[in-house]
Amino acid sequence: MTDRVPPDLQAQGITKRFGPLVALKDVNFRLRSGQFHALLGENGAGKSTLVKCIMGYYHPDEGQILLDQQHVTIRSPRDAQAFGIGMVYQQFTLISNMTVLENLVISRAKLNPIINWQQEEAHLIQFMEKMPFKVSLSARVSSLAAGEKQKVEILKQLALQNRILILDEPTSVLTPQEADEMLGHLRAMTLAQQLSVLIITHKLREVAAFADEVTVLRKGQFVGSGKVSELKVSQMAEMMVGSEITAKPKQRTPRSTSVPKLVLQDIRIKDDLGVEVVRGVHLTIHEGEIVGVAGVSGNGQRELVEVLGGQRPATAGTIRVQDHLYQPTRKKIVRHKMVCLPEEPLQNTCVGHMTVAENLAFRNFDSAPHAMGGWLISRPALRRSAYGLIERYNIKPPYPDTPIRSLSGGNVQRAVLARELSADVEILIVANPCFGLDFLAMEEIRQQIVAVRNRGTAVLLVSEDLDEILELADRTVVMFNGQLVYETTSPAADLAVIGRHMTGHMA
Amino acid sequence: MDIGWWGVVIAVLGGAIRIGTPFLFVSLGECLTEKSGRINLGLEGTLVMGAMTGYAVSLHSGSPWLGVVCAGLAGMVLGALHSWLCSFQRVNDIAVGIAMMLFGTGLAFFLGKPYIQPSAPRLPSIDLGAWSDIPQLKAALQINALFLIGIIVAIALGWMLKNTAWGLKVRVVGESSDAARALGLPVDRIRIMSTAQGGFLAGIGGSYLSLYYPFNWSEGLSSGQGLMAVALVIFARWQPMACLWVSLLWGGAAALGPSLQSVGITGGYYIFNAIPYIMTLAVMIITCSPRRTLVGVPHELTVTR
Repeated sequence: MTDRVPPDLQAQGITKRFGPLVALKDVNFRLRSGQFHALLGENGAGKSTLVKCIMGYYHPDEGQILLDQQHVTIRSPRDAQAFGIGMVYQQFTLISNMTVLENLVISRAKLNPIINWQQEEAHLIQFMEKMPFKVSLSARVSSLAAGEKQKVEILKQLALQNRILILDEPTSVLTPQEADEMLGHLRAMTLAQQLSVLIITHKLREVAAFADEVTVLRKGQFVGSGKVSELKVSQMAEMMVGSEITAKPKQRTPRSTSVPKLVLQDIRIKDDLGVEVVRGVHLTIHEGEIVGVAGVSGNGQRELVEVLGGQRPATAGTIRVQDHLYQPTRKKIVRHKMVCLPEEPLQNTCVGHMTVAENLAFRNFDSAPHAMGGWLISRPALRRSAYGLIERYNIKPPYPDTPIRSLSGGNVQRAVLARELSADVEILIVANPCFGLDFLAMEEIRQQIVAVRNRGTAVLLVSEDLDEILELADRTVVMFNGQLVYETTSPAADLAVIGRHMTGHMA
Repeated sequence: MDIGWWGVVIAVLGGAIRIGTPFLFVSLGECLTEKSGRINLGLEGTLVMGAMTGYAVSLHSGSPWLGVVCAGLAGMVLGALHSWLCSFQRVNDIAVGIAMMLFGTGLAFFLGKPYIQPSAPRLPSIDLGAWSDIPQLKAALQINALFLIGIIVAIALGWMLKNTAWGLKVRVVGESSDAARALGLPVDRIRIMSTAQGGFLAGIGGSYLSLYYPFNWSEGLSSGQGLMAVALVIFARWQPMACLWVSLLWGGAAALGPSLQSVGITGGYYIFNAIPYIMTLAVMIITCSPRRTLVGVPHELTVTR
């Protein structure tokens, strides 16, 4: 690594249009040399568009980028790298079937025709000695935890001698400890003037703890910036959302009974590679209770939800619903009123090219009034029901005949909720329901989940967002390496203890 | 000298090499193509086209080796055509592959009509069994130079995929086209080149059929070997060296029927001849379960996504 100080980066008057949509309007932004800067905003506020303009993915319609007060033209990410600007994406761009060493080598612009692996390895070991964290070079990326992959992504950018590092939601897949560790290292490097850092985030806690300065975008416009030390968290939140935050505490009715509704006994599940990823899960969920399953992704939660939703067979164990053995057949789903909202609903419970009306009727298209005699389907009846649900659940745009994949993420989630929750529900399984949604949609969906609970439904909430679990759950369990390793009732939940269990470091 | 059952073993081993060689070339070609993230089912057509081209060029020029080279070039053209078509938006490589298979075989039959009768010069073989006086062993050790070249290609391909910039780029493109684009790699161009090179190898495999064994040009020549190569590559877990062993295994299986016949066992002859196809079916059933992901599979392959 050279000893140059990182350049001063400025974006002036950036405007970017996509057809009629104005994604960014006259946005100004400055990242001073050696600064740790946070770019705050909701989903769709234009944060990603702004950094993509800086990285050369998009070309702004108006405005200019300055490096050390010099006008520069960045046409592609390759150009950006030549100027010393690198980006770590939300979705990892590592190649999972290759080793860390191979990934670091391939990212270089120029490769020797024949690669001398010994020399490359020696070179990178030398480089890593100067770095605050280390990763095994011979490890296959697919075997690394999310936090380790993030470190490789960062090392990759630093090995390319980039002095400005842009990170898009870097902590969304990390445990609180991993996040703090990673941000702490970056913070130290900025303090040593080795690096300027720009993180895109909506986690105010991290901004308050690590950033020097913050810039807030809302609906594609610059709404403010300032020194973190001079701003209160509530002020930043207000700039982000536009008004006083309306996150009212959810109205919870206290539970009176403790009737077990869903009982899982010794559930064991193998994944696609034949590895046992759920290794004996025991869990009871009662009437009117939300049980939150916390954990870093990849510890068996996805497979558990797939089994409960009928998308994967369990290799052992029993599922009992109100003392009846449960199998996810269509008949039993109807009888026991058990519904599942898996993550990424568009892929997992919708057929993208079918219409909203058709998707809304997946549960009841073959019964009256939608079908005569169970086989002849009446399209007018489907559309009538769809109009009713669209109005009740505020699905936009309100047209039953549009293909569901053309809806935004929040509206797809609303449509799935409408389908699953409009009838009586005894048991609700829900996984990462707010992933990628904006603040308002998120609030609305959380309200719905609590409302269902208050009506006496047993809810299993699997989420990677610890804040979401702490907000919603009556009881929290932690899943690690295919087992439930910790249980706590939420008011007493201690973030640090939960975090330690999530990474397998028992207290 | 009577060597009894040993004769069967020797004949199977010899047959493994003799029948396995075209499998080796086709599977190496398919392996390289799939490493770049595409499946080329058209290799069946490439094989037949290579056989016809090799035979025709050998006949007209008198040089079987020139025939081999031209067969490779014909395969290269077909491979490049396949991957060029696949590089358009929303074009499925499986569908194009089936079309290319029909196109390749059809074109070969059309152009190859005049070559069914005449006899072209044959590829020479290397007599590694001269020291022995057992006729069966002598026959089994008549090795064609293409087999040795195939071994060298397998080793070289494995080494290149691991140790050269080109190999690394092919693998990146095969694992994640998004990552490849983020690295600024020309995804389509790399795939076109890999598929063309794969076609070259498959074309050579075809010329082996017509110029060495079974040494004729007819319409039933390839008998599905190009398609079986897809299963072979899966079985070999996308490793060139494993392609060598798997090709020998398939070649040996195909040689079982004739070998038994040579010692007088004729019962079940057709069943024995069907063994390679049964093995192919078994491999596909075992490996292509919807509930399992294969180890080592390039992530961009459409059949496994």
